[in-house]
Amino acid sequence: MKPVPFRYVVARSLEEALAALAEGGDDAKPLAGGQSLVPALNLRLLRPELLVDLNRAGLDGIVRENGSVRVGATTRQAELERSPHAHPLVREALPFVGHVVTRNRGTVGGSVAHADGAAELPLCLVALGGEVVAEGPDGRRTFPAEELFVTHYTTTLLPGELLVETVWPAPGGGERSAFEELALRGGDYALAMAAAVLRHDQGVIREARVAVGAVTDHPTALAEVEALLVGNAPSDELAHEAGALAATLVDPAGGIHATPAYLRHLTGVLVERAIRRAT
Amino acid sequence: MGTATARETRASWVGQSVPRLEDEALLRGRGRFMDDLDPVPGAAHAAIVRSQLPHARITVDASAALDAPGVVGVLTGEDVRALSRPFPAGIDSPVPFYAAAVDVARYAGEPVAVVVARTRYEAEDAAELVEVDYDPLDPVLDPVAASETDACVHDRSFHYGDVDEALARADLVVHETFRFPRFSCTPVECYGVVADWDEAAGSLTAWANFQGPFTLHGVAAAALGLRGSRFRLLTPPDSGGSFGIKSSIFTYVVLIGLAARKLGRPVRWIEDRVEHLLGSASSTQRVTTVEAGFAHDGELLALRYDAIEDVGAYVRAPEPATLYRMHGSLSGAYTVRNVAARNRVVLTNTLPSGLNRGFGGPQLYLPLERTMAIAARRMGLDPADVARRNLVPAEEMPYRTPSGALYDSGDYAACLQQALELSGYERRRAEAAAARADGRLLGVGIACVVEPSISNMGYITLTQTAIERAQALPKSGNAEGALVTIDPLGGVTVRLGTTPQGQGHRTVCAQVVADELGIEPGEVTVLSEMDTQTVPWTVSSGNYSSRFSGVAVGAVQRAAAQLRAKVDAVREHLEEPELSLRRVAGSVHWNPAGLPEGMEPGLSVVAYWSAPNLDPPDAEDRVASSAAHGFIADVCAVEVEPETGEVRVLDYVTVHDAGRLLHPALADGQVLGGFAHGAGAALFERHVVDEWGNPMTASFVDYVTPTAPDLPTPRIGHRSTPSPFTALGAKGIGEGNTMSVPAAIANAVADALGRDDVELPLTAPRVWELLQRPPEGGGR
Repeated sequence: MKPVPFRYVVARSLEEALAALAEGGDDAKPLAGGQSLVPALNLRLLRPELLVDLNRAGLDGIVRENGSVRVGATTRQAELERSPHAHPLVREALPFVGHVVTRNRGTVGGSVAHADGAAELPLCLVALGGEVVAEGPDGRRTFPAEELFVTHYTTTLLPGELLVETVWPAPGGGERSAFEELALRGGDYALAMAAAVLRHDQGVIREARVAVGAVTDHPTALAEVEALLVGNAPSDELAHEAGALAATLVDPAGGIHATPAYLRHLTGVLVERAIRRAT
Repeated sequence: MGTATARETRASWVGQSVPRLEDEALLRGRGRFMDDLDPVPGAAHAAIVRSQLPHARITVDASAALDAPGVVGVLTGEDVRALSRPFPAGIDSPVPFYAAAVDVARYAGEPVAVVVARTRYEAEDAAELVEVDYDPLDPVLDPVAASETDACVHDRSFHYGDVDEALARADLVVHETFRFPRFSCTPVECYGVVADWDEAAGSLTAWANFQGPFTLHGVAAAALGLRGSRFRLLTPPDSGGSFGIKSSIFTYVVLIGLAARKLGRPVRWIEDRVEHLLGSASSTQRVTTVEAGFAHDGELLALRYDAIEDVGAYVRAPEPATLYRMHGSLSGAYTVRNVAARNRVVLTNTLPSGLNRGFGGPQLYLPLERTMAIAARRMGLDPADVARRNLVPAEEMPYRTPSGALYDSGDYAACLQQALELSGYERRRAEAAAARADGRLLGVGIACVVEPSISNMGYITLTQTAIERAQALPKSGNAEGALVTIDPLGGVTVRLGTTPQGQGHRTVCAQVVADELGIEPGEVTVLSEMDTQTVPWTVSSGNYSSRFSGVAVGAVQRAAAQLRAKVDAVREHLEEPELSLRRVAGSVHWNPAGLPEGMEPGLSVVAYWSAPNLDPPDAEDRVASSAAHGFIADVCAVEVEPETGEVRVLDYVTVHDAGRLLHPALADGQVLGGFAHGAGAALFERHVVDEWGNPMTASFVDYVTPTAPDLPTPRIGHRSTPSPFTALGAKGIGEGNTMSVPAAIANAVADALGRDDVELPLTAPRVWELLQRPPEGGGR
């Protein structure tokens, strides 16, 4: 379990990182916390010729500004977990991200850019309507997280572009959120997961974000479920109806541990639970 | 004699939970594990090329690899055939089993070549250049289908009493089929081997984290074509767990040994996790059909097993021992006298099986204890009452089972009662019934198991008929040796052949020796490194069948007692009864002329201890398959979440009678470990191949070993009925919960769901799927 030979460059700044990635082209990979990349290298699933180490590029840090929280790409997951600025949904979801030791090393930006369909942080970012900041040879751009994820391990980041920051909206008035996940074992990839972010006003759901992951190839907001909720008073019946609807909106492949039927059903259960708890 | 009296009146070290001698080094990160050893300079590194298909004719072309940077050479299946012989096993198999695939690969993950290079990196780079052409063959995967073909390599039937007659008069016959899935051990440390071939001497020296049994030393020597004395096997002082699986490393010791021989260079191989899950070993997979007859009051009248044992692609020694290890205990903890068994062994194109904690016990007790619970439900009886009706009574100890075991001691009913009381059984049953009436799925299950320890090396000869056995060398017993030495300064050293894998053997041996010599455990140095050239051992040496506390301490105690007698004799001769051990040692070493008339000089004793009653199988196929028998009563309460299928263990009580506990904290550690292993099998773990035979569980992403936070913590109770058949009255305790927990959890889930057709592992998705189907074999 040893990787194929590769070159390794430590970037001391974002500029150095971008330059190194540009030089390496398609055969270069940025290295952040390494909690997904290094196992993939050791299993020889990935064979980059160049690793550009971002850990000393000054890309970490958590800053609160203008009703949102900006999290630098190489901020450790554990740091966000402990941060008073972390959104309650994120604080709830982070304990499901791997294990304490992987969160000590794994980064927020790495998890988002890696775009595993079963990862918790991308789901939260989509559910909260967050944004990502990317910088590349053509400059810096900021765009909604929902536009980042394409499918497993595939994003809309351009060649040579680095995800440098994620932007997390702070909780608004009347907002309640909940995260639900079921895995076979603590710290495992989820069988299914769901996040609900609801804004209540005078006993009525005014805004709703409901997203699911692991049963889809990328974190997916369920617009039909959101539409069902908005304008209605929250109730157990409504949550159940929303869950049942969610179950019809996903088409998981299943695997050795669970059938597609189970995963669809579980999606409904978790969506229902998340909505109830966000009520 | 004054000192002896003083020593005897002081509390013994044995029985106390003294601090483990092992822990300081481990806690400081100074343990010495296989990969920490660098015993021969200049060892090159091996990477193993493995078959990617479960069954195929193969042609191997290593020429490109030979030209790769750093490569020393390549060993192929052709070399293995030329340099070694097939491994012998307990039954003749039509398929020769070599250390690497020769012409045909029979499981995905089977070694086909070994690439040796300066570094592991270069070895892995070059391994990718070995070209293997595969001509696929149909894989055999289903053990039941295989049992009707020539993949069935063993078929024996055993009859004790009159099962047909008893079934005919039974008020209820339970006739059910149970599947025990293939599961594994997954120690933190995987396999490792360093091999050094001495061409001039024609000998192999190998270091490996092998765990015994040392019968396998002979099996490996036979494959290498070496006399035992030319095959020196050593183990590191520490091992990162084994739980059975490191017995099967012997085929890799041969493989790496052959690489060292061919290439003329010491070779090191450290297995990685993917290799471990693909290519080390697993438990057997067993399909058992039970016919059990019961009287209306719950008395078990007759028991018939039809077992199909899937040992994977080859019969690897000591297989098919999984099928025979429990043979004396086919009747479990019960008084039933009419017992029959048909044992079939099948080969499939999957990873060969090997030792796995519980070794045959989980595969026996799941069908037996499920059958007891099913009978109770069908008769409307309390499972605890059915158990009580059938448990072997204390007054019948020692009790000879129909198939030949001699249960040594214990009050099984009292042990069950203690478990029931500790769990609040009546209350839990009532709560579960009330909750079910409310639509919740709560259940309570029990399991009563006899935990055999100290295997009879002769039980495996049950694979032969009595007539065949009569023509062969008889096999029996289980013996161990130990060396205890006192140096001129009075320092005491023990050498062991028990290859501990974390259990704390060094600590317990120090306690035993300290008691004998009147010193403190910390004054005793215990070396756990095995070396077949310098440590006293027997074929039965090693770390398996929970034999340490019963047998190995017997050898250590005997050696220490002989030394003590000598020390006391010297004191008496010198007329100095209070003379310190240090002065006695100095006197013996420095002044042999001053020894009593006729006394042998030196202060070093090798002693052996053999467990009694372990005769070869008799003419009626009865065998005392183990020397000691603990008893365990477990009570498990679960709630099943109907929405998701999750099984929550609400409470787990396990009460053990393992005889005298030599070190109570270590005993509890064994209980917790056995529990974790059993709960893994019950709720999480299973090796899976797809419909074409491709392994689907080759990493910890998919082979779901639970971690500590995933498991409930059992509440442990103890009783202590010393064994009359072991040196200090101790019985094994390390495997029992792996035998009992799958059955107890399955019983509790079946109770919660009100149905009989529960199948392991009881993961959330599988339980939910079960809930979507009508019950087979009836529901509540």
